[in-house]
Amino acid sequence: MPDAVTTPRVVACRQRRRRRRVPQAALLLAPSFLIVSIFVYVFIAYTVGVALSSNWKPGKADFSTTDPLYANFDALINNGRFQADLRNTVVFTLFFLTLSVVAGFFLAVLVHNLLWARGFFRGLFLLPYALSFIATGVVWRWLFNPESGINLLLRTSGVSSAYQHLTGHALQPDWTSSPVVVGDVSSLLERIIPGGHIIQVQLGIPLALVAVVLAASWQLMGFAMAMFLAGLASIPEDVREASMIDGASGPRYYVSVVIPLLRPFALTTVVILTHVALKMFDLIYAMSGSGIGFATDMPGIFVYETMFKALQYNIGAAASLVMLVLVTLVVVPYLARRGPQETA
Amino acid sequence: MSALATTSRRVARRRRKAPPAHVRHGRHARRWQFALLILMVPFFAAPFYVMITAAFKTPAHADVLTMWQLPHPLSFDGIREAWSKLSPNFVNSVIMVVPATVISSLIGSFNGYLLSKFTFRLSNLMFTLMLVGMFIPYQSILIPMVKFLQFVGLYGTIPGLILVHVVYGIPITTLIFRNYYVSIPRALVEAASIDGAGIVRTYRSVILPVSIPGFVVAGIFQFTNIWNDFLFGLVVIPNPTIQPVTAALNNLSGTQTVNWNVVMAGALIAALPTGLAYLGLGRFFVQGLTSGSVK
Repeated sequence: MPDAVTTPRVVACRQRRRRRRVPQAALLLAPSFLIVSIFVYVFIAYTVGVALSSNWKPGKADFSTTDPLYANFDALINNGRFQADLRNTVVFTLFFLTLSVVAGFFLAVLVHNLLWARGFFRGLFLLPYALSFIATGVVWRWLFNPESGINLLLRTSGVSSAYQHLTGHALQPDWTSSPVVVGDVSSLLERIIPGGHIIQVQLGIPLALVAVVLAASWQLMGFAMAMFLAGLASIPEDVREASMIDGASGPRYYVSVVIPLLRPFALTTVVILTHVALKMFDLIYAMSGSGIGFATDMPGIFVYETMFKALQYNIGAAASLVMLVLVTLVVVPYLARRGPQETA
Repeated sequence: MSALATTSRRVARRRRKAPPAHVRHGRHARRWQFALLILMVPFFAAPFYVMITAAFKTPAHADVLTMWQLPHPLSFDGIREAWSKLSPNFVNSVIMVVPATVISSLIGSFNGYLLSKFTFRLSNLMFTLMLVGMFIPYQSILIPMVKFLQFVGLYGTIPGLILVHVVYGIPITTLIFRNYYVSIPRALVEAASIDGAGIVRTYRSVILPVSIPGFVVAGIFQFTNIWNDFLFGLVVIPNPTIQPVTAALNNLSGTQTVNWNVVMAGALIAALPTGLAYLGLGRFFVQGLTSGSVK
């Protein structure tokens, strides 16, 4: 049967047909391509115009530029709130990424090795990912209420009093309402970096972000786990047996066999979770808002409030482009590297 | 063909039966790992526990200082009050999510077919350029998007919201379907083309009938994304009565006069559709995650 289809005449005919169809397929893809391109690239170009203009308003599309051209970005970088947002983004992304990826990997290994109840654990760990950030954010808001939630649990379980006994301090974390920033390096930076004096915020780790990192990891750890589970399932049994024979068992097997094989899955997970972290908006908006001293503020919240509450479109547009650049730096190299070579 | 299928099935069965080698070796390790997993359960379950128990408490019993107690007596007052406040927005979400999911899946399916079965000049570049659309922070397109929607007269309306979700859904659905159609042999398409069917005809009569699993995967993925969206709902529709349920829940949560257990009941209501879809179709949801991540 297959032989009959691959006679030279048929092959030639098939090639001719395929060649003839090529422009037609492109033509059929064109409407989608065009509308997505408009909604992505033309819209971004428009936002660039707004970010460079001095007086763009919704009623009057005035694109006369600022002098100097980067004036809105200059205002942005001198804005204390936006400085706090950039600090928070860096701190949040690092901690959230580490916690989600590392814990997600361990969860995947544990779940993969289960002989029963695999579906239950996988189902439970991934369930938060299916839910709206607003719904979970609202719940976390109450769990991190200093009077209730987790603190109540600490108190009634005796952890609080045991802690007080040992250290002499009460264990009553303020969670998202904490204004404390630890490990401030801004005064150090001011001394070593020229122009460091523009820094208006404490460059350290805002303790309020701990709660936000926990909530976000709770929601997205399951995603990392699912990706690693897919990776683990792709490792053939022979590989495991071969490494057993070679004497790589237990932790050795994971370190020298599994982790290298899972690298592509880890890369995808890291890229996707990083871009989620850089865009973080709904969860924090519902959970804590901007926090005290903007301790839990994020660029996403800044842009929304600057554009649609304060109606400072130019500054908001400039801030949104900073977000775009950050995401682009992570995603575009990844897409360029992975995209082309694998076509069906 | 059938012999091959049975063998592979047998192999699969054998593989499933045999526990991983190191698990076989370490009964001790297995117990230890299981205990670790059990320890993770409270962390993952606590928010659900609080949300669900609070939703069924009486207003008198809904004290934040007794947050962890079970509801006693059981009461539907919280659910009833939350529903009376959220139901119009819940309906808005349904009106938004169904067409947006169906249309974006259909378009993605057709695009995925084109991109997986025909390679033409620039097809990869076009695809990659489209994929960028699923990663951009939407904050960076909000201003022109609102201007555009005002221009076409859809600003502040649910159809406007549907349009936005469809367009920004095209990259991900295209990706999911392209990865799905890779498993469908090209010979099937070629056979149809030898029989004289055009590209569109081949799609309708050959590809579409075998696409149901792909539609389930893309559909549940889009349903979840669009239902859970907050930013577009907030920006495209300023009028709170037309907003989707996520925006309404956020407003409810910010209302000082509403008891916290009503907010929990509201969170439960807003989370239920995607939660149930996930519990029922979890397998396809996971497929969407893994095939929706660029490969």
